[in-house]
Amino acid sequence: MTDAIPSGPAIDVQGVSKAFGRSIALNKIDLRVRWGEVLAIFGANGSGKTTLIKVLATLSKPDAGMVGIGGLDPRRDGPYARRLIGVLTHDPLLYDDLTARENLRFAARMFGIDNAGERIEAVADKLDVASRLDQRAGTLSHGWKKRFSLARALLHDPPILLMDEPESGLDDQALTGLGDLLREESERRRTVVLTTHNFERGIEFSDEVAILAKGRMVYRESTSRVGGADTLRQTYGQLIQ
Amino acid sequence: MTRYVGPILAIAWKDIVLETRTKDIIVAVFAFSLLVIVVFNFAIDPTPRTIGLVAPGILWIAFVFGGVLGLNRSFTLEKDNGNIHALMVAPVSREVIFFGKTLSSLIFMLVVELITLPVFAMLFNFSLEVAELLPVALLATLGIVTVGSVFSSMAVNTRAREVMLPLLFLPVALPAVIAAVEISGSVLAGDGMFSNAEWLAVLAAFDAIFLVVCPVAFNAIVED
Repeated sequence: MTDAIPSGPAIDVQGVSKAFGRSIALNKIDLRVRWGEVLAIFGANGSGKTTLIKVLATLSKPDAGMVGIGGLDPRRDGPYARRLIGVLTHDPLLYDDLTARENLRFAARMFGIDNAGERIEAVADKLDVASRLDQRAGTLSHGWKKRFSLARALLHDPPILLMDEPESGLDDQALTGLGDLLREESERRRTVVLTTHNFERGIEFSDEVAILAKGRMVYRESTSRVGGADTLRQTYGQLIQ
Repeated sequence: MTRYVGPILAIAWKDIVLETRTKDIIVAVFAFSLLVIVVFNFAIDPTPRTIGLVAPGILWIAFVFGGVLGLNRSFTLEKDNGNIHALMVAPVSREVIFFGKTLSSLIFMLVVELITLPVFAMLFNFSLEVAELLPVALLATLGIVTVGSVFSSMAVNTRAREVMLPLLFLPVALPAVIAAVEISGSVLAGDGMFSNAEWLAVLAAFDAIFLVVCPVAFNAIVED
């Protein structure tokens, strides 16, 4: 992971809004995430979770407000900001007609990773996907694609990891692996922002939780003060009304 | 410079590997270009006079309309599975992505042109002076794929992408196509490409302008 972590928050979002036509996806969002913090964001479908992840990943431009990634403004320093980020989206971002290894090698070339071969092997071992490295991505199941997508996100060892519903499509074994990985990454002070519908896992994986409702950040609390998944579920039910 | 060249080549390499496996672009573009040339060969009375007049136009109709098929496919590939985001999350400027995609489209079109030109020469009774067409083809194809790539990235987000691309792209590419036809006419008449310096200048200016404008436009198109 990048050794020289800049001062200030890992992610600093101020007054960010985003609309698609008349539909408001994000409404004056403020969000600060510290280095090494794991933040789980809950929200109903259409609450703006994916849009927020896309804005943080510089895949989508906010209509208003400011986004800071590791102290960098993606509008001015897009390539440098993106170097700090690993992204796991709904889509696997894998080319079906390339093997998993070729997909990772392509990502390594795009990120300018010198020792690509060693790095691919290391990440594949860590995520336990080495056995399928030479299989074409199009022939992999959804769960395996997700694992390789995570491998691609971790390939350049980013200090910030953005994950949009990472548990979707994963079996129990893979979910356990994901939990272990997130705990390990948190210990390594990797900042993680993940969105999820699953309260138990969200609380288990994270240091802080937040709730998005209709594009607004309506709740933010430390996991230790939430009072468990059931309490959070109740709070969520009241807030998204 | 390496931080630009490396990713541009990586994108082109990726597209070439994918094309060697799927053969989606080159086969379709070549088949279409060949069909156009064969159909026109039968449709017109091939006297030396008519051939001199219409052959350059036929050649560039085949290349441009065939190219539309390839350009459409180029960005459809990135739209599938949201793969354009795989390029956009990389620590490179959007312009680098544009030039990578343009380079691969240029390579595919030039390969098709290299295969098609001998067939064209044979059917329309031209000798090997068609080899002199290669620099013209390179200049014109560069301009065409540059403009085509930016409109392809735009059209791919519309529902009727196959219809939208030619509608958007052909009017803008017209100066390059006309220049290519005029210069090709001079070359096939045995006068050489430099006998048509005005159109050569038009083609060079077209390339220069759109190589600057299109990456900027792509930057605005690719982020929603």
